[in-house]
Amino acid sequence: MKSPIYVYYQISNFYQNHRRYVKSRDDKQLWSPKNERSSSDCKPEDFTSNGQPIIPCGLIAWSMFNDTYKFSVKDKVLEVNKKGIAWKSDREHKFGSDVYPKNFQSGALIGGAKLNSSIPLSQQEDLIVWMRPAALPTFRKLYGKIEVDLEPNDNITVIIENNYNTYSFGGNKKLVLSTTSWMGGKNDFLGVAYLTIGGLCLFLAISFILVYVLKPRPLGDPSYLSWNRNAAGHLN
Amino acid sequence: MAGGGRHRKRKLHFSKIYSFRCGKASFKEDHSQIGGPGFSRVVYCNEPDCFEAGIRNYATNYVRSTKYTLATFLPKSLFEQFRRVANFYFLVTGILAFTPLSPYSAVSAILPLIIVIGATMVKEGIEDWRRKQQDIEVNNRKVQVHNGNGVFDCTEWRNLRVGDIVKVEKDEFFPADLVLLSSSYEDAVCYVETMNLDGETNLKLKQALEVTSHLHDDGNFRDFKAIVKCEDPNANLYTFVGSMDFEGQEQPLSPQQLLLRDSKLRNTDYVYGAVIFTGQDTKVRQNATDPPSKRSRVERKMDKIIYILFFILFLISFIGSIFFGVETKDDLQNGKMERWYLRPDDSTVYFDPDQAALAAICHFLTAVMLYSYFIPISLYVSIEIVKVLQSTFINHDIHMYYEEADKPAHARTSNLNEELGQVDTILSDKTGTLTCNSMEFIKCSIGGTAYGRGITEVERATGRIRGSPLPSHKLNEASLSEIVTGPKSSVKGFNFSDERIMYGNWVKEAHAEVIQRFFRVLALCHTAIPEVDEETGKVSYEAESPDEAAFVIAAREVGFEFYKRTQTNISIRELDPTMGKKVERVYQLLNVIEFNSTRKRMSVIVRDEEGKLLLLCKGADSVMSERLAKNGREFEEETMEHVNEYADAGLRTLILAYRELKEEEYKRFCEKFNQAKSSVSADRDALMDAVTETIENDLILLGATAVEDKLQNGVPDCIDKLAQAGIKIWVLTGDKMETAINIGFACSLLRQGMKQIVIGLETPEIQSLEKAGDKTSIRKASKESVIRQITEGMFLVSSSSGSSNVFALIIDGKSLSYALEDDVKNMFLQLAMGCASVICCRSSPKQKALVTRLVKAGTGKTTLAIGDGANDVGMLQEADIGIGISGVEGMQAVMSSDIAIAQFRYLERLLLVHGHWCYRRITSMICYFFYKNIVFGFSLFLYEIYASFSAQPAYNDWFLSLYNVFFTSLPAVALGVFDQDVSARFCLKFPILYQEGVQNVLFSWSRILSWMFNGFLSAVIVFFFCTKAVELQAFNSDGKVVGLEILGATLYTCIVWVVNLQMALSVSYFTVIQHIFIWGSIGIWYLFLVVYGVMSPAFSTTAYKVFVEALAPAPSYWLVTLFVMISALIPYFAYSAIQMRFFPMYHGMIQWIRHEGQSDDIAYCDMVRQRSLRPTTVGHSARLAAKRAARKKHSQERNDHYG
Repeated sequence: MKSPIYVYYQISNFYQNHRRYVKSRDDKQLWSPKNERSSSDCKPEDFTSNGQPIIPCGLIAWSMFNDTYKFSVKDKVLEVNKKGIAWKSDREHKFGSDVYPKNFQSGALIGGAKLNSSIPLSQQEDLIVWMRPAALPTFRKLYGKIEVDLEPNDNITVIIENNYNTYSFGGNKKLVLSTTSWMGGKNDFLGVAYLTIGGLCLFLAISFILVYVLKPRPLGDPSYLSWNRNAAGHLN
Repeated sequence: MAGGGRHRKRKLHFSKIYSFRCGKASFKEDHSQIGGPGFSRVVYCNEPDCFEAGIRNYATNYVRSTKYTLATFLPKSLFEQFRRVANFYFLVTGILAFTPLSPYSAVSAILPLIIVIGATMVKEGIEDWRRKQQDIEVNNRKVQVHNGNGVFDCTEWRNLRVGDIVKVEKDEFFPADLVLLSSSYEDAVCYVETMNLDGETNLKLKQALEVTSHLHDDGNFRDFKAIVKCEDPNANLYTFVGSMDFEGQEQPLSPQQLLLRDSKLRNTDYVYGAVIFTGQDTKVRQNATDPPSKRSRVERKMDKIIYILFFILFLISFIGSIFFGVETKDDLQNGKMERWYLRPDDSTVYFDPDQAALAAICHFLTAVMLYSYFIPISLYVSIEIVKVLQSTFINHDIHMYYEEADKPAHARTSNLNEELGQVDTILSDKTGTLTCNSMEFIKCSIGGTAYGRGITEVERATGRIRGSPLPSHKLNEASLSEIVTGPKSSVKGFNFSDERIMYGNWVKEAHAEVIQRFFRVLALCHTAIPEVDEETGKVSYEAESPDEAAFVIAAREVGFEFYKRTQTNISIRELDPTMGKKVERVYQLLNVIEFNSTRKRMSVIVRDEEGKLLLLCKGADSVMSERLAKNGREFEEETMEHVNEYADAGLRTLILAYRELKEEEYKRFCEKFNQAKSSVSADRDALMDAVTETIENDLILLGATAVEDKLQNGVPDCIDKLAQAGIKIWVLTGDKMETAINIGFACSLLRQGMKQIVIGLETPEIQSLEKAGDKTSIRKASKESVIRQITEGMFLVSSSSGSSNVFALIIDGKSLSYALEDDVKNMFLQLAMGCASVICCRSSPKQKALVTRLVKAGTGKTTLAIGDGANDVGMLQEADIGIGISGVEGMQAVMSSDIAIAQFRYLERLLLVHGHWCYRRITSMICYFFYKNIVFGFSLFLYEIYASFSAQPAYNDWFLSLYNVFFTSLPAVALGVFDQDVSARFCLKFPILYQEGVQNVLFSWSRILSWMFNGFLSAVIVFFFCTKAVELQAFNSDGKVVGLEILGATLYTCIVWVVNLQMALSVSYFTVIQHIFIWGSIGIWYLFLVVYGVMSPAFSTTAYKVFVEALAPAPSYWLVTLFVMISALIPYFAYSAIQMRFFPMYHGMIQWIRHEGQSDDIAYCDMVRQRSLRPTTVGHSARLAAKRAARKKHSQERNDHYG
């Protein structure tokens, strides 16, 4: 596998697109330190028990994925680069470079990952990736990039720290390593579908041609008309 | 000179010459009811200010026809708007959008609603403002009213009060219902034209009470006082019961004294009258029903579809809520959280597992809001826009522009455009609609010889179809046109040309003497009044009816010029054949026995210069033939043959005859007649009838006249086309039965060989009952007779079903009033439906409206009423579509019509072309609207399945709310305005195409549901193909995966492409505008995506830079778009290809013909047309076909005979 090799985690049966979940964030707070007070959308992860605003607030941030993977090939540790895994626009225009996590995961119930409160949100790319809600209940998210080539038949050892709770809702977790082409990752669907629809078109075209050649249309045959077929349509 | 004229007229005492009309009124039983219930009105004439008048507080003379006033506009029009279920629904969701229930922001939800409602209200306001303008014009007309000191001042109509004395001058309209007090004539008669009320063109003679007839000067009214007691306001135009207390004497008042608002004073210089009913109380206003707000059939069906959509919407919301409730409940079981990331332990009420049922109910509301995209909010406003634009097409159609009067077609309400494409029955007025309301003397038969080379409109139309010159006129075309356009045609009412008679040539004819007598009868036997222009010496005539004028004019043109009438004398100038020059002759007028509908004849008795007593008579053939003397039937056979010929050509015929009276015979008659005339008993008329009967006998036949009740240009052609299109045509007229039948013949609605079922009450039994005067027994007998006639008719029709017999139903007003009663009307309708033509004569405005309602409700099909007078207003308003003819008869019909055209013939283009197009456009547009909203709505729903039914929309808020406004509506509007399946030429060439609308094939449930299914299919294809294609794997070469915002934008892109391309596929007539709109809409979507994406993330939220950064650089996005687009369109494409090839609709076949270039192949087109043509039963094509068939049969029989 040629670098870059993308490392994904895949979770199933996780409704990141649940309305309560999607709404449970405060974009203003993420962007500027002036808007520290969490919006009510973030409930119940908006304020700590003593009234301090939680930054970043809301369920999405609170439930951030926190499994960790350590890769090694032939006992050589593979570095996983976590820079550049989030969309550039998010890093530059949605997550402030002067907004730091505050009071995060300080409540009684700890959801997921903790954040280093000395790094501004714009550099917390794991968070930024997680904060873009997935469209469907089974989704992949970018964990990082391995920037060395892997040879065939290499054995990759992965040490997984299984922190994230998917048992309660019966979800699976998967780890995916993938390269990309100009079209992105591998998915046979589009190819198969193109061929199928193309075939269907061809079939239709041929059958229409056959019909045209073998059985020319009886032009202007009025017996097709509804009012000629239907005697009730007659005047009187 | 006016003064001289007045003086002359003053001396005339018509009341003495006329036999019937100027009878004395007597107190009848009705008058005993005065003062009782229903007869409580008391009017203090000339004292409108007095205390008693004040306490009665009668209505003012202000007339209002607007729907709203300034104060009621806002609440009333808002109410109207929110009566539409869809609008109300959007109001509710708009309000709910401000609560946390809302899945999207409130502004994006409420904005489209405000735009939609605002636009509609502005349109309503403008329309009502136009009506207001009309009201202002009418209410501010001026009238002279008595101010108390014997002086008359001008004031506006609206200021008139009950009790005012007004003076109305010649050719003015009466401002209110008046009691006639006196006129410029000595005996206080006046002529009134009631065309606006009942469409009758002849003048009505009214006469004031004798006691008030001396009030000739303004000054007489200084001390005039009278008290009128009469019936309460009611809608009956032909009755009036009242009494006048004048100078201590009680005098009976009858309709004879009542002058109705909106009728016109004619032939009389001025009248004085007292105002009895004002404003809304007047009979004409009482007849007017409220302008109903009409909605087209398509729109009503559309409402049903919207209900279906609502049902789907609530259904899927409900299903979603159940799933949502279950899943929410499962989130927390025994304190253990399942989907812990949603924090079900600490939730709001909307997601609380402990109150899952409540959460589900809240979710239901949210879902109802989310799926509101099933309901096309912009549909109503788009339809309104489209209809306004369609109306401008109608208004600007040069082929419907009447150049002579500078009048284009004018769609006054744009609500009903598509209804024009669905008309099943046309109910037409006659006078002014089918005819121009001018009579032309065109032919005559004198002494068994037919004269007159003029060509009637019908002959012209039949001749054109036959494609050969008319057999009866073997002249070549050149001389024919010379005659038609000769100098005579400039004379109004005269279209006769025959060199054998004109220019004094008649003296050389074989029957010169008969011809002389014939024209003498025409010049003498009438009640017209000549007016001599002092400068030119030209004589013109004022006659009670246009056909009478036509006779006098004809006599004048041939050389028997009637130029002077005095009390006792009629003077004519005529050619003396022996001297060969013109001489003046004076005939002494002894009696006029007038025309009425029972007598059907008119006679005058004159003494000529030689002292001979002559009775000159003209009348209908049915009554005349039995009155001919044995020796007077010399030419009877030929004449009757001619008369039948004329009648079949739609001409009005009269038989002319005369007899010489012996001195003693006349003396005897005179005695008896005067006796009868002066009797005051109720059967005075009957007595007089009996007396006249004795003298109008033993007549000698002279000949027959044929007058053309001139049809408007192109009427027979138009009717023929409409009949070919399968539209039924009924004629409802206030005119006499004979006239109506004539016109029926003239426009080929009737023809020889058609069985006429005539329903009338002129039977002897009923007449004798009428004489007895027992009302209940008359009613009972009449009704029985009507029912019997209807049953007989039905039996006739049903027994001949299957045979080629064609029936026509002719019914008069009196019978109609019984036939329209609740228990009879269905029978009547059934009979009428079995007949090819239906003609209702002597029908009142109310009856016209009732017939219209009966047809509308009874058949459930679309009715169209067309008329031009105020008497048609009820009918126009009652019908699904009211068409006003903006002709000469005032503006009332136009003001209450939906569409105004200048000529009847434009109806052809209006219906067959515009109607068909509008119907097609609107229905296609509506189907498309539902399609696109279902695609969108279902894609939202399908996404919900993958979002655990949490009501999270797949798209950004503004994507959602702009879908209907920007990205998909404009092409639909363009389709609604510009699309045409076949060109106007082909619409007219293949009239049966119109049946697509009548049978509603383009808006049938199967078509609507298949469009909906198509929408569902597209949604499924778009959604699944999109999600499958971008599901898990990296989306671009950078390894990024698809999030909610990218999937949403991709889905949305595909939907925009699919629905717009779907539009492109269903458009059959591309214009530049359609290209701009379709491709522009797609372009705008991308543009919007870019522009919205560069706005600050606070506003654009999830759409921020989504296109620039994520979508555009990714090839998979474009590949997916292309793929989904093609696959989503395949089903429709395959379907329409198969349909076009194997099951083409009629428009498809025509398109095919045009496409194959076979439109020039006349024989081929004819084949298609003929084979798809149903046998039509009326119209001149049918007449021709019937004639051909008859001839064939005839020759066959002859062959059999000789063979």
